Amino acid sequence: MEEMKDVVLEYVIEEYLEDEDEELTYDTPLISGGIVDSFSMVSLKRFLEAKYKISIPDEKASPEAFDSVNKIVELVKEFVG
Amino acid sequence: MGYSDKVRKIYQEQIKGIQDAGIFKQERLIHSSQAADIEVEYPTGSSLKKVINMCANNYLGLSSHPEVVKAAHEGLESRGYGMSSVRFICGTQDIHNELEKKVTEFLGTEDTILFPSCMDANAGVFEAILTDEDVMISDRLVHASIIDGIRLCSAMHDTFKHSNMDHLEKKLILHADKRLKVVITDGVFSMDGDTAKLDEMVALCDKYDAMLFVDDSHSSGFIGKTGRGTHEHCGVFGKIDIITTTFGKALGGASGGCVSGRKELVEMCRQKARPYLFSNTIAPVVVSGVLKVLDILSQSTERRDKLEANTEYWRKGLTEAGFVLQPGDTPIVPVMLFNAKLSQDFSKDLYDEGIYAIGFFFPVVPNGKARIRTQISAGHEIHHLDKALKAFIKVGKKYDILGKTKQEIIEMYGL
Repeated sequence: MEEMKDVVLEYVIEEYLEDEDEELTYDTPLISGGIVDSFSMVSLKRFLEAKYKISIPDEKASPEAFDSVNKIVELVKEFVG
Repeated sequence: MGYSDKVRKIYQEQIKGIQDAGIFKQERLIHSSQAADIEVEYPTGSSLKKVINMCANNYLGLSSHPEVVKAAHEGLESRGYGMSSVRFICGTQDIHNELEKKVTEFLGTEDTILFPSCMDANAGVFEAILTDEDVMISDRLVHASIIDGIRLCSAMHDTFKHSNMDHLEKKLILHADKRLKVVITDGVFSMDGDTAKLDEMVALCDKYDAMLFVDDSHSSGFIGKTGRGTHEHCGVFGKIDIITTTFGKALGGASGGCVSGRKELVEMCRQKARPYLFSNTIAPVVVSGVLKVLDILSQSTERRDKLEANTEYWRKGLTEAGFVLQPGDTPIVPVMLFNAKLSQDFSKDLYDEGIYAIGFFFPVVPNGKARIRTQISAGHEIHHLDKALKAFIKVGKKYDILGKTKQEIIEMYGL
């Protein structure tokens, strides 16, 4: 199975980066770093839910919990059976 | 008294923070009517200076047109100054209704509702027509007023990369399960002056059963063969579900806006849109002016044709002089300077040469994409454009950017 953090990283790069030269690591701050605005979080949440067949409650999907690939992976793992 | 020294200090510090960040906005006082030639007091307290206005939204040069001013006078005489009521109590005159019908006809829609401004139209429309079962999918560069409207609405919100149709299609697939889907875009984007791909968007919306919303504020009156807007330009006239637009730019430039589109959606706005329900509508004097503007535009395309020719002349002149322009064919012609300070210095030097054009930089445009945004008008004559071009070239030479590429300018001045 593909490593979850690589799946998330690839999705974030494809979805949010406009400039191909920008670099993104597992710890790059996404929301506080201005890469993902809080509006655009919704597609990331929906992608994760569809990909891992989970449901992330809105109160858990905070900007803090989505602020880096590593944090997102931590959150998703809470819900994956 | 609740406004203690402590409270005052908090605000003073915030204002200082804005100043320190170099994003403090200052108004320049214009002592004449809005036109190609204006008299400006800047900085405040200095003597008046005659300059050519290259940054107004006065695309058709109708802001001070004698026939429009005359019609406004007549409206003031016959219908009075104010309404002192919201529309549904006793704030609707026959001319409000007449204007809604004329706009409907002009834009080729089913019905129209007036709002005090297009900002209000955008702020009120989404909440009035959508619920939490629905989704709004917006271009990432839509206008701030649309963002505010989206924030006020309980529907889910997602975005697609600017004008990227593949990305939009992915989003339409991702949100296929939603009850209603609305794709949201500007017709012409105000900062870059590029035009939305409305033909492709209509096709995608048809395919995935989504509605299409277009804010045509920077298009109505002059984009398209007869100036009806981007839907005419893209060959999808009559196929847009919701159009919002303003009377504060090309269409007389005073104030007011509207939502125009499918009759059920307009009716929902009449029943539920809060800026319509809880605010007076457009004053009779302005309604009378806009009615005249639509008369003028329906009789002849002369003004939009002149604007098109002026735009072509201006773009060609700047290109030949060696400036880097944002590509496009609308009267919004951004001269790219990339560096924020350079954009401010350039604007100041232009002003000294008698040219009024503003530098835009982050956060109004993305970091590293500072520019002078020029806006062409049918009110400009060739001698205005020639004088402005001469000034641009003089200042361009001073900063040694003529004939330089984006990369070269960035290397000289940084981002």
